[in-house]
Parts: sequence; structure tokens; C-alpha cells
Amino acid sequence: MSTGNGAARTRLPLRPLPVGDHGLLVELDDATAVEAFHAELLRRAAAGTLPAVREIVPAARTVLLDGLADPGRLAAELPGWDIPPAASDDRPAIDIPVRYDGPDLADVAALWDTTPEDVVRIHSGTEFHVAFCGFAPGFGYLTGLPERHHVPRRATPRTKVPVGSVALAGPYTGVYPRSSPGGWQLIGTSDVELWDPDREPAALFTPGTRVRFVPVTAETSTESPREAR
Amino acid sequence: MTDRAFCVVRAGALTTVQDLGRAGHAHLGVPRAGALDEPAHRLANRLVGNPETAATLETTLTGCAVRVRTATVVAVTGAPCSVTVDGRPAPWGAPVAVPAGAVLDAGPATAGLRSYLAFAGGVAAEPVLGSRAADLLSGLGPAPLSDGGVLPLGDPYGPPARVDAVVRAGLPAAELVLPCVLGPRDDWFTEAGLRTLATGRFRVSSASNRIGLRMEGPPLERAKDGELPSEGMPLGALQVPPNGLPVLFLNDHPTTGGYPVVGVVPERFLAAAAQATPGTPVRIVPRPARSFGQG
Repeated sequence: MSTGNGAARTRLPLRPLPVGDHGLLVELDDATAVEAFHAELLRRAAAGTLPAVREIVPAARTVLLDGLADPGRLAAELPGWDIPPAASDDRPAIDIPVRYDGPDLADVAALWDTTPEDVVRIHSGTEFHVAFCGFAPGFGYLTGLPERHHVPRRATPRTKVPVGSVALAGPYTGVYPRSSPGGWQLIGTSDVELWDPDREPAALFTPGTRVRFVPVTAETSTESPREAR
Repeated sequence: MTDRAFCVVRAGALTTVQDLGRAGHAHLGVPRAGALDEPAHRLANRLVGNPETAATLETTLTGCAVRVRTATVVAVTGAPCSVTVDGRPAPWGAPVAVPAGAVLDAGPATAGLRSYLAFAGGVAAEPVLGSRAADLLSGLGPAPLSDGGVLPLGDPYGPPARVDAVVRAGLPAAELVLPCVLGPRDDWFTEAGLRTLATGRFRVSSASNRIGLRMEGPPLERAKDGELPSEGMPLGALQVPPNGLPVLFLNDHPTTGGYPVVGVVPERFLAAAAQATPGTPVRIVPRPARSFGQG
């Protein structure tokens, strides 16, 4: 079902690449096009007009379709699809409480050429959305920061990033759903439960979810109070 | 309360609960997991009268031993090994009646790597996202077996198969041959690099696991440096990290990644890869993808 907002449907430039005998990797121009194409795939899957497929995995510039009986046939069809721009997710944004106490907050402030207080203000003032998921169950790659606030990974990855770390790398913000090695810049900590197999859906972040980070101080946090800096 | 359960007497190097996995969740970062030698898992289940979806135990190299609390039927398939019930020899690849309180021992693999133990009724570990498979990348599903641990069994589905023994199909070969379909990122490699893929003498590295089969051998020469923006990774991908040595992605592989995939090994060849011991020579046989798209 179209949302009926009359958005112009367009032919998106897309390049299907072969992935084995039963897969397609569809390359698109940018994250916005990925979102629009992914939304169209889900619409067609819901309407029963997409061929049976096992996995649909959106990522930064691509969407992987795996487990297709005849990928060549779908690849031939794709250039003819009219695809409307992705409508913004109409679910309300999820608020993620964050203590901005990460060990790399000062480094990020230096990279942004500003103060740690400004990093908190800018980061918590940005509306993010989940571009895609991966790395670990519950991990979402969140976009929303403008290019001037993109930061490199740390030169030396940490062997252990604590669970709940709110971190930046490249164009993305992420929250570590469990403790793991990682090279992202840590700016804060959250107690949010990103992955709960007993919840439906298990992942709090799914592609398209809108997210806002809300600064909390150690005093208002429910767990592991820390010294305010 | 049912007493259908077994106690782990000898967990072995790595024994996990596996079934056909949890496909369809890759977009949430959840690997498929499931039995690496899927035909062996399916066969073990059929031998004890289970549907192929029932959970089995997957061992690694050294086998495992369990004491069953109630009489049950067990079958061992996959990597060949000695099978004993309370120390008495029992057949491999056939349904074996195990009395209540007896120890079933699947010994070290005499060839290959992974044996499968099916129990009538299946291993009734708690399912996560519709599967009982242990996923060692993300820690979903039951933890690997440990000595003294107890796992429940389900109620038997029906009578075991009426066979005496099965042919030892798919015994691990002296050489692992991996046909692969080139792409999607074969253009990240030079002509020489692609020649190395086709002619290089690779060996299975001892750093292999359920996430990937790693290889030792000549590095593939890259035509482009750097990393790709993260993209979806299929099962069977031959991903090439900066050291130039391909890694074959198995069932617990990460669902996205930034290193180029030079080719994809069709799923039907992955069972053989799962049984290849470290040091086994690997020959990769690339072929071009069927051309499509762009008219």
C-alpha cells in the first residue's frame, strides 16, 4: 500500500551484482537510495509480488538478497521498477538515555574542533535513524550527523569495549549491545536493552527506526552511578 | 517432570547444540548458525525417527560422551568415529539403543572433524528466534557443552529408521575442492590475483572455526586498496581481508562486512569444508557468474 502522499516515483540508478548462484548484491548511489529500495522490497514482499527470498540485508550502499531461485530474472526486472522516495518511519522516535562519559569524548571534541559540552549538545540534538544493522545482534548503524562531524576509527582498536557504549565511527553512531573488541570512539554509556530474544522484535534497532539520545547525569541514571565530571 | 535428559560426561574440545539454524534474521545482525555438515545432521535425525529440524549435538575432532537418564535411541553420523555404549562397541551411522543410565561415547574423529549425535526426540534446549542452534559469533542459543552439564531431550517422534547401517557418504577427501562463483567484488583483484585464486596451493588453517574456514597460501593481489562500505555477506562467501588470504564464511559468519568478497561457494559444497581438518590442501575452482542485468 502506498502512503498516498503523491511522492514522485522514480527509476533509481541501481547495479545488480551476482552473489553465487542464488544471490544478488544491488548497489545504489547513496544511503537514501538504499532506504528507498529496501522499503520497496519490503512492500513487494508484503504484497506477495517479490520472489521468495531468504535474506534481505540492507547496508551502507547496497542491499543483499540471498536465497533467490532465479536471481538473473529479478536482476533483469529491477531497472524497470518505479520506486518512491522512502517515507520517514511513522513510528515515534526511540529515546536512548546516555551518560556522556565516554573515554574518547575529549578526542571527539578535538576532532570536531569544539568542546565536550558542545559534542553532547550536538549529538543529543540530532535525530538519528537506523540505516542498517550488523556486527552483532542488536547493533544498528545510525546516521544523522553531518559530514563535518564524521570521525575516524581509533588508530588502535580496544580489545574490550564495555556493553552499552555509545560510539562514533565514520558517518555512524552505534551502541554496543554486548562487550566486544572495537575501534569506535566512545562518547557515552547507556543502560538500554538493545537485544532481548524474549521481546518481539528482539532488536530495539531495526532498519528505519528513528532514534534520539537523551543526556542523563549519573544521579538520574538507574544503574552503575559514576562520578560526574 | 520428565526425566528425559542427558548429563555431559565428556564435553570434548567443542560440542554444540545445532539444528537447521535461524535463517531470515541477517538484517538484524543475526547469523544463520546451524549444523555445519547439514546432510550429516539430517541423516542422524532420520536414523532415530526425528524430523530433520530436531536439534543434534555437533562435536569437534575429539567427540563427546553423555549419560542418558532414560532409555533412548541415538545415532552418530558425520565424521566417522568409534561409538561405545558403556564401553561396548556400537555401530556408527545406525540407530543404537542406549539403556537408562548408560554412557554413550562418540570417540575422536578418525577422519574429518565434526560428528553429529541425534537422540530420539531431539535435544530440547530453549529455542531462540525459532532455533536451538548455538551461534558462537553472537552468543545466541545454548552455550557449548561443559562437563557435568545437563540438557533435556524431547519426546520421541516415532520409531527409529529400519536400517542396519548407512553407507559412509561424503568421507572427507584428501583435498578440499571448493567451486566458487566469482563476484560480487572480483573487480577488487588484479588478473594475477584471480589467477592465484584459481591456481594457488592453499591449506586449511588451524585458525578455522564455525565462523569461517581460514586458509594459508599465496595472498591474492588486490587492484584496489582500502575497505568497502559495509555490505551484506552471504553464507559461503570467500572474503579476502588485507592479508590477501581468503576466508570461507561458514554458518556463524558476521552478516555484514567491509572486506571484498571475491567469490561465493555454493552451499552444497560447505559440508565438505566443515569436515576438512587443518592442513588439508584446498583447491579453489572459480567460474564466472551467469551474466545478468543491464540488458
